[in-house]
Amino acid sequence: ALAGAAGPARAADDMEPNTWEEITRYCNFYEFGTRKEDPWHNAGQMTIDPWAVEIDGMVDRPGTYDLADILKGVSIEERIYRLRCVEAWSMVVPWQGFELADLLTRVGVQPGAKYVGFETLYRPEEMPGQRARILDWPYVEGLRLDEAMHPLTIMATGLYDKPLPNQNGAPLRLVVPWKYGFKSIKSIVRITLTDREPATSWNKAAPNEYGFYANVNPNVDHPRWSQASERRIGGGIFSPRQPTLMFNGYGDQVADLYAGMDLAKFF
Amino acid sequence: MDLAGRVNGGLRRVPTWPVYLLGMAPAVWFFWLGFTGGLGVEPISELEHRLGLTGLQFLIAGLAVTPLRRLTGINLIRFRRALGLIAFFYILLHLLVWLVLDLQSVQRVAADIVKRPYITVGMAGFLLLVPLALTSTNRAIRRMGPVRWRRLHRLVYVAVPLGAVHFVMLVKGWQLEPLLYLIGVLALLAARIRLNRRRVVA
Repeated sequence: ALAGAAGPARAADDMEPNTWEEITRYCNFYEFGTRKEDPWHNAGQMTIDPWAVEIDGMVDRPGTYDLADILKGVSIEERIYRLRCVEAWSMVVPWQGFELADLLTRVGVQPGAKYVGFETLYRPEEMPGQRARILDWPYVEGLRLDEAMHPLTIMATGLYDKPLPNQNGAPLRLVVPWKYGFKSIKSIVRITLTDREPATSWNKAAPNEYGFYANVNPNVDHPRWSQASERRIGGGIFSPRQPTLMFNGYGDQVADLYAGMDLAKFF
Repeated sequence: MDLAGRVNGGLRRVPTWPVYLLGMAPAVWFFWLGFTGGLGVEPISELEHRLGLTGLQFLIAGLAVTPLRRLTGINLIRFRRALGLIAFFYILLHLLVWLVLDLQSVQRVAADIVKRPYITVGMAGFLLLVPLALTSTNRAIRRMGPVRWRRLHRLVYVAVPLGAVHFVMLVKGWQLEPLLYLIGVLALLAARIRLNRRRVVA
């Protein structure tokens, strides 16, 4: 009823990317502080060169892979994705990256593997937020193997054709556009193939609020707020709310991954 | 004369109206920043947060008046009504920004008040403040009589902790800042219990 006070309505399928400033100054990266601008202020102190990723578990070629080696074997492409935060705000981000499936195929996923676990860098001397136990550090996330192999799932290395800024998860982060943003783990140092559902940080912190799947779903509310609508960042003080789309608008490509599942139970 | 006496003597010459002006100035500043892009890329949440937090800070300042007088002798009681009313105005603005700019619909507001515990708690705290704001006039005190008026205004001992709990509940995870506010509020209330008891014994 009060929508008249808002500016021109912006459809949820509007794919005009947010600005560099919006994307790089408004981040949730609790390793650098809980305020949205903290990562922008504090992430510069994180050393991202050298960088290596340990790939272990049920893979044919486990090992510690230098970032340069990982990037040598992949083709970097642009993906403009909607990003929907569990806090009910959203952006559109022009990522550069490669499909996670390419990397997993290269290291050789063994037949019994069903899940992929990810881990963020743990380095409290460079990541001041890790000195407080807001979460059980290091940050960990996970996907089912079919989610990880899905062509929409990418490892991002860049933003607006520039190297990924530290506050956005440099030098290597996951982007899963149909899930709430906290699934898209940043600054990854470890990838583990496993046959058991990996622990995930927000689920450990509040299992009733954050599930393993965390698919964007306007019909399943967060216990403390509605997920039916969202606010696109960048609309200013009169920014209107817009309806949240099922699977963040990627349902035609990912809904079949969850066929037959009760999404209110597996939230 | 001791320090407290000198401070009190100085304070007696200070009128109360500048407290209202100074107290509300940050609100004007926050709105100005919000309309001119000074609150970052998500100004609505930021404005909401700053108004709510400043309201809580003024509530805490109001709660601190009596312990401060008992502990140090410095008497700010003349300014307490201003502190309380300023706090109320901030929380009212906080509520209006949430309603008009953030949720943008009466249905969403109604659903949130019922379904979201942290909103329920915050709204309960606000509603308890309404009768206190309405009776913050000399005439109301005369009409009610000081005993009944004081009894009514004890609601603030419930309203302020509700506000602090609302802050603790709305953040993700156990963050330090809201917990410190809650501890501060509880400490000011605890100081009262002990001070009251001592007075009874004396």
